[in-house]
Amino acid sequence: MDDSAPRLGPDTTARRWPEGGLARVPYWIYTDPEVYRAEQERIFCGRSWAYVALEAELPRPGDFIRTYVGEKPVVVVRDLEGGINVLLNRCAHRGVEFCQHAPGNAREFMCPYHQWTYDLRGNLMAVPFRRGVRRQGGMPEDFRLEEHGLTRFKVVRRHGVIFASLAEEMPGLEDYLGPTMLQYFDRVFDGRPLKVLGYMRQRIGANWKLMFENIKDPYHASLLHVFLVTFGLFRADQPSAVAMDESGMHSALVSMRGEQMASEGTAEMKSFKADFKLADPRLLDPVREFPGNATVVMQTIWPNLIVQQQSNTLAMRQLVTRGPAKFDLMWTFFGYESDPPEMTERRIRQANLMGPSGFVSVDDGEIMEFSQHGIDAFPRDQGVVEMGGRDVRNEDHMVTEAAIRGFYRHYRAVMGL
Amino acid sequence: MVDPALRDEIDALYADYAEALDDNRLERWPDFFVEDCLYKVVPRENWERGLPIALMLCESRRMLQDRVTAVRNTAVYAPRAFRHLIAQFRIKAETPERLRVTANYVVFQTLVDDLTRIQNAGKYVDLVVRTTEGLRFKEKICVFDSVLVPNSLIYPI
Repeated sequence: MDDSAPRLGPDTTARRWPEGGLARVPYWIYTDPEVYRAEQERIFCGRSWAYVALEAELPRPGDFIRTYVGEKPVVVVRDLEGGINVLLNRCAHRGVEFCQHAPGNAREFMCPYHQWTYDLRGNLMAVPFRRGVRRQGGMPEDFRLEEHGLTRFKVVRRHGVIFASLAEEMPGLEDYLGPTMLQYFDRVFDGRPLKVLGYMRQRIGANWKLMFENIKDPYHASLLHVFLVTFGLFRADQPSAVAMDESGMHSALVSMRGEQMASEGTAEMKSFKADFKLADPRLLDPVREFPGNATVVMQTIWPNLIVQQQSNTLAMRQLVTRGPAKFDLMWTFFGYESDPPEMTERRIRQANLMGPSGFVSVDDGEIMEFSQHGIDAFPRDQGVVEMGGRDVRNEDHMVTEAAIRGFYRHYRAVMGL
Repeated sequence: MVDPALRDEIDALYADYAEALDDNRLERWPDFFVEDCLYKVVPRENWERGLPIALMLCESRRMLQDRVTAVRNTAVYAPRAFRHLIAQFRIKAETPERLRVTANYVVFQTLVDDLTRIQNAGKYVDLVVRTTEGLRFKEKICVFDSVLVPNSLIYPI
């Protein structure tokens, strides 16, 4: 408990990581505005490949969408040569967020304030009254258009997925993910053209890291998600695995679907309902479509992406930070262009499991807000992360919080905490 | 011109529907639909672009019942209360037994220790049919305006 008297002025003890190493997480990382500001610079604008879009959202030259890297607004646009550009959505003149319409198709971008005009690669093309009017005013002689383009991100693409970075030096995506994570990534993105099925978006009153923790925590999935467990989609005694790259920054939760039955995995779950049946079983009629036995793989990719494959429902879940205690979760559901109509139907139907109204993910959005409410008033307290030990290693079961420890090992290194 | 008696009948259907949801009599909700029905809650961006993903998709009354089962028994969420306001009906009779109805709606949500807030606002795009038991929904599509949902949307609208 934080029962000390209120202090004024700088508090140098407030931001010290507690004793207990990886098995403890201090609550101030979820509440402190200065930590949040540092995260924007070191994580989202640092050495990371942030997910921004699927190429299927931008099929034609000139197609663009608005999105975000961390909290920074960006425009993702396909140029006339077919290249993908990620541009800060901020006019180089006075900082106006110039692109308000999304999605769309454009030949150029013009800021509405003073009509500065940029090409699709962010180069400044024209400044009205640059030479003045009737020999009066105008830009100084030495003003160079080429010095005032939009801020451009580095871009990598792999099998239809687009990532962006502001860092000077970045490894390729393959090295960034590492061999184990690349294999999970390529399992869903195997080069087949993708088809976007639609969007869901929700604003959650919690710190963004709680979302990553949630997906890296299979312990909760086998307890909180009564729907998943009851219908055998995810259960503590099913063959499963928690895998990470060497740094712990990325991870994958892998499991295999079982039957609906009481077992050791449900014995300690007070809310298990063995006698529940779906009145319309079409909702849970998945077909195997990926090689191997896994029926669910939830992959988290630092710093802002969750790739969801649960049965036949596929989605990118992109995190957009909105301050220490708020983030937007943007879901892009997709399939493959080659899907037969009945597979598309199945994906759309199984989307009932996911999103703000999902039979499963409703629980997560609610719990994250409960967490934030519980934490908010106690920045000097700490959470316990000891399930499955106090270290970081890959496991072939789900009774572990190892991937949360791995995440924070990397987080602390990046943040210098 | 729509017959005033029919207009009153439609008004009563939506008033009963809203009352069942606002009074938390969720088990009654599927009764407002015919067996072979369609219920969807769709963000406007998907609707306008012809993208098929819906937040809720029920393709039969039995799927509506499954939604009720989940809300009542498996979902974990904070307690809340609702208030529906439904207005500006447009009624177009395809036949005396098949009525295309659109209306605007607002759903207010009140959480524990919090103010009443707008949870969802949009329009209903409905197909109402006459059955031996009275008017029922054959299709009810809730197209909501905001890109973003404030956290979760658990109960039907």
